[in-house]
Order: sequence, then structure tokens, then C-alpha cells
Amino acid sequence: MKYLCLVYLEAAKMRAVPDTECRACAEGFRSRGVMVAAEALQPVETATTVRIRNGQLSVTDGPFAETKEQLAGFYLLEARDLNEAIQAAAKIPPAREGSIEVRPVRDLDV
Amino acid sequence: MPPADPILDAVNDAYRSESRRVLATLIRLLGDFDAAEDAMSDAFRAALEQWPREGVPVNPRAWLVSTGRFKAIDALRRQKRFAQLDETSAAETIGAVDETAWADAESVEDDRLRLIFTCCHPALAPDAQVALTLREVCGLATEEIARAFLTPAPTLAQRIVRAKSKIRVAKIPYEVPARADLSDRLGAVLRVVYLVFNEGYAASAGASVTRHDLSSEAIRLGRVIVELLPEPDAIGLLALMLLHESRRATRTSASGDLVLLEDQDRTQWDRALISEGVTLIEQALATRRFGPYTVQAAIAAVHAESPSADATDWSEIVGLYDALREMDSSPVIELNRAVAVAMRDGPAEGLAIVDAIVTRGELADYRLTHAARADLLRRLGRRDEARAAYERALALTRQEPERRFLQRRLGEL
Repeated sequence: MKYLCLVYLEAAKMRAVPDTECRACAEGFRSRGVMVAAEALQPVETATTVRIRNGQLSVTDGPFAETKEQLAGFYLLEARDLNEAIQAAAKIPPAREGSIEVRPVRDLDV
Repeated sequence: MPPADPILDAVNDAYRSESRRVLATLIRLLGDFDAAEDAMSDAFRAALEQWPREGVPVNPRAWLVSTGRFKAIDALRRQKRFAQLDETSAAETIGAVDETAWADAESVEDDRLRLIFTCCHPALAPDAQVALTLREVCGLATEEIARAFLTPAPTLAQRIVRAKSKIRVAKIPYEVPARADLSDRLGAVLRVVYLVFNEGYAASAGASVTRHDLSSEAIRLGRVIVELLPEPDAIGLLALMLLHESRRATRTSASGDLVLLEDQDRTQWDRALISEGVTLIEQALATRRFGPYTVQAAIAAVHAESPSADATDWSEIVGLYDALREMDSSPVIELNRAVAVAMRDGPAEGLAIVDAIVTRGELADYRLTHAARADLLRRLGRRDEARAAYERALALTRQEPERRFLQRRLGEL
């Protein structure tokens, strides 16, 4: 089963964890065969929100909602169950600076 | 009155003594709470039909689990047929059912622990853990739980549905945690048990001081946990609950008013519960791995064993609070310690500690902070300040007997 681990950090802490540590974490997941994908994200100021309303494309600056913590990156991991996913999420370095939201992936009903 | 029906009695007995074990095992076999609940009702319905014809089986539990499992497989087959799914996927699902010896005593006992740990999984919201535990582990009806927690039944039902859905969708495993996680996870289970007990013992809102059913469920649950997993703090928590329970009859007057520990009729305390509690404390202390519940139980035991409030060994109680503070630095513990210090050294010493807590900005909106301050100020003869503190406590309490008690004290000033 796949779990998406969303990394959230306050703006001031976006670079609080050294990149080398994040790279090492990803390598660890890869070598244990649990890694599906992982990326770090540029800060929220670079985000663009896209919507289609009444058939019209609307493009606006910034994220959908103002929150204290912002999405800083993600890991898509393979785990047997939630306990295994939680254990993996606890190893993601920004867990100690911000928070990791662990979401099970949904299969499309098709 | 209809004549006694021994078969009906046997089914009822089986329900009372085995339904939680049957459910716990069916959840493991079927991998789903709702399917297991349906299968269990089907199994008991089948028992009502078949036991009068075929006699009560030698091992009712095994019969019920096996029947429940077959009923679930039938239901699955029917569903698949209606949904017109291919036969292979139905076979796969049914085949996934564990064919090995599910009925041996050890795996059945493990199932009960699996159920407890799953219901108290930290990924579930705390109030959902409580509701799910009472529903699935204790077998209380949703309406009973709703009444006990003064929550509308639909809200509570929704909470349980959401929790079960999260267990299924997020795949919370049905297992006893590994050794490395056991202590943390058991802590979460014990928190739920103690919360249920306290809700029954010192109801946080409402007209009656105690809601006895919840406390007895919590004690029953505590016994099951100690039986299945005799870890020191599980034993300590059971002791703590028994010692509190021993005083239940004396905590309120005939008119439903609160009676303070110092004014309770100690001859009415339940000696059997006290001696069971004390034995459990000794057992927990002997492991040298005990935690906060055991120390709290030891404090309760000092009270339980002293003939009067004046004869209480307050030095020992302060010492136990010191030990407790080392394990858990919560300001509530410090507040309780302050009350014990006041008994040992005088109200001024106690008040200094309470004021220090408040000055730090902690427990400022906690009703018992102000009730304790008020009592200490009253004993020091500082009546105006005591009055203000009683009024503050009154404004914060939501419990009717507590309100009457505070009002009485305020009137006496």
C-alpha cells in the first residue's frame, strides 16, 4: 500500500534541515525498497493556483489558503500498513522542525 | 411468566461471556470491523435456531467463530454475485482468510489484545478511541455510550463510523505492537481506560457526581488488560481505580452533595477493594519498572489505610508526589502536591506553591486551582481573597454537586 508523506514547515524553517540530510533519508528509503518518489519544493511564494470556473481558466498567485506551515516537500512510500508508514515518516528529518502528514493513497474507482 | 428456556439461557450466557472474544477473532479472520459485527450477529442468530435442535456445542466460542466466518463467506459470495464480479476475485478474498488454527487459546487471547490496541491506536482521535473501545471491546451500545458522555447519539455513532473507516482505509494494522513500541502504545490504552474511569467517577459535567457504569466498565477493562498483559503500570492503574472505587459510596451525601476526603465515613470504605488494590501495588512496585499510575495508586493507598484525615501520613504523601513529579512534570501534580504540603506544613506553605504555579501562567483557568487557593486562604483567615477565589472556581465549574459545595463554602465565609 502507498502512503504520501507530506512535509510541512513554517516559512522561516524551510531550509532548517540541511539538504544532505534529506538526500540521505531518501537514499535510505530507496535502499530499503520503500521509496516510490520524493521531491523537495520551492517556497510557497513561487506557487501558482489554477482553477477552471464556468469553463474559464483562472490563474492566481500563491497557494489556495494562508496557513502558518507550508508544503515543503513529499515522499511517496510503500508500506505494509499505517504503523510501518508512521515509522518511516518519523525518519523524515523535517519531522523534528515541522510536521509530516501521512495520507493513504486511494485507488481510483475505475 | 414463560417457562425457563435452558437453550435461550445458554445463548445469552455465550453472548455475555464470549461475544467480545468472538468479535475480536472474527475481525482478525475477516479483516474488517463491520463485516465481523454482521458475522457475529448472524452466528448468534444461527445459534438461536440450531442449538435447540442440535444441542449446545461443547465449545460455544469455537462454534460461533466458525459459524460467523461461514456466514461472512456466504455474504461475500452473494455480494460478489450481485455485483457480478469475477469468481476469481471472490475466491481470492475468501482464500485470504486465515485457514490455520485460529481457535487455540493463545491466539484468541491475542485477538482481544489486538482489538484493544487497535481501538486505542494513536492515529485515531482521542474521543474516537474512547467511543470505539467502549463499543467494540466492552460491547456497550452506542446509545449507552452517548448517554454516559452526554453526547448526542448520532454524533457518537458518527465518531465510531469515522474511526472504523480510518482503520480500514488508512490500514491501521490489527496487531499487538512490537516490544519496542509496547510501552508507548500501552500508555495510550491505559489513558483511554483511565479517561473512561474518571468520566464515570468524577463526571466533568452534569447532575450526578458519579456515572457508575463507566467506572465499572473501566475496571473490567483494566482487569482484562492486566490478565493479558501484566505490565507494571497496567497493574498500577487497576490498583488506582480499585482504591478510588473503594470510596465511592462515601463521596456523596444522601442528598447528592460532595463529601470531602477528610469528612468521609471511612468505616464505609470497601475493604475488599482496598486490600486488592494494595496487593496489586506491591506487585507493581516489586518490578521496579513502575510508572505514574502505580505512584498515584500508592498515594491513594496511604489515604485508604489511615483511620482518619488527621492520622494521615502527609510526609509520605508529599514524598510520593515528589516521586510522581520526577516522572511527570504536569502542573496538576504540582497542585495536588501543594495541597499535601499544606496538610504537612500548614496552609501558608501550600498557598506559596499554588501561587507560584499561577504566577508561571499555568492552570489559571482550572477550577480546582481556584478551589484549592480558596480553601487555603479560608484556613489562613484571608476572607476577602478566599471569597474572590471561590467565585472564580464557581464560574469555572460545570458540575452541579461541585457548584453546590463551593456555594456552601462561600456562604460560610
